[in-house]
Amino acid sequence: METVFTPFLSLGGGVLIGLGAVLLMLGLGRILGATGVISGLVFAQSRKEASWRVAMIIGMILAPGLIYLVSGTMPAVDVPVSPAMIVIGGVIVGFGASLGSGCTSGHGVCGLSRLSVRSFVAVPTFMATAALTVFVLRHVIGA
Amino acid sequence: MKLIFAGVTGLVFGIGIALSGMMNPAKVLNFFDIAGTWDPSLAFVMGGALMVTGLGYRLVWRRAKPLFDTAFQVPVSTHIDRNLVSGAALFGIGWGIAGFCPGAALPALGTGRWEVVLFIVAVIGGLALRRGLSRLALVSVPQ
Repeated sequence: METVFTPFLSLGGGVLIGLGAVLLMLGLGRILGATGVISGLVFAQSRKEASWRVAMIIGMILAPGLIYLVSGTMPAVDVPVSPAMIVIGGVIVGFGASLGSGCTSGHGVCGLSRLSVRSFVAVPTFMATAALTVFVLRHVIGA
Repeated sequence: MKLIFAGVTGLVFGIGIALSGMMNPAKVLNFFDIAGTWDPSLAFVMGGALMVTGLGYRLVWRRAKPLFDTAFQVPVSTHIDRNLVSGAALFGIGWGIAGFCPGAALPALGTGRWEVVLFIVAVIGGLALRRGLSRLALVSVPQ
């Protein structure tokens, strides 16, 4: 499935993603790692640990609706893979992000900008395996 | 106040994710499909985010502490171990299979698409699996 190259929207969206990460550091003094937000909520030890994560996730979930209200269109979610691939991919994503202590937001955005050595290892690693996986699935197996 | 701040942070991040195209698996998978229907948009997302966090974090860290906590909680480890590399490698494989990552999927919940819910549930399954294996001491626990 072809998608349209959107350099300006993507750059602007990226700026807002970065702004969100900076705001979280300013307010709560934490790295914005989405996997950490999920696991910190699902496996929370206390209400204090869970509450700010709930508030943050509510804010995130309101975003597409707000965009719909302003622009009249819902952000596109085109899923070119099967439900089985979503489940298998999701389990591997959760397992891998936990084992590797971070995902695209934690290592990619926050870690690289902090010049974290671990993130400079993690990000090229997951970028490479993602590209390799897509290559194998699309051009070798042909799924 | 802290919770409202966390909510706004999530909203800004979520709007960024939505505008950037990160919540669209077709676009994410095309970023990795250099040999096929390549869409380089996501490089602009990362670039925009890193410009803001790279500068913004440094400005925020001039403060003695965050607004709503007593200290900044930033990971300090610089240790490159097998868990980091294998976890990141797995994360990339899962991302390449499903096309969603956790930070994109959380705001995408607001579009009401069932595929997103399925992905989040699978991620939580993967996180739980990692915790279960850690208890059995099959995978070592960080910290």
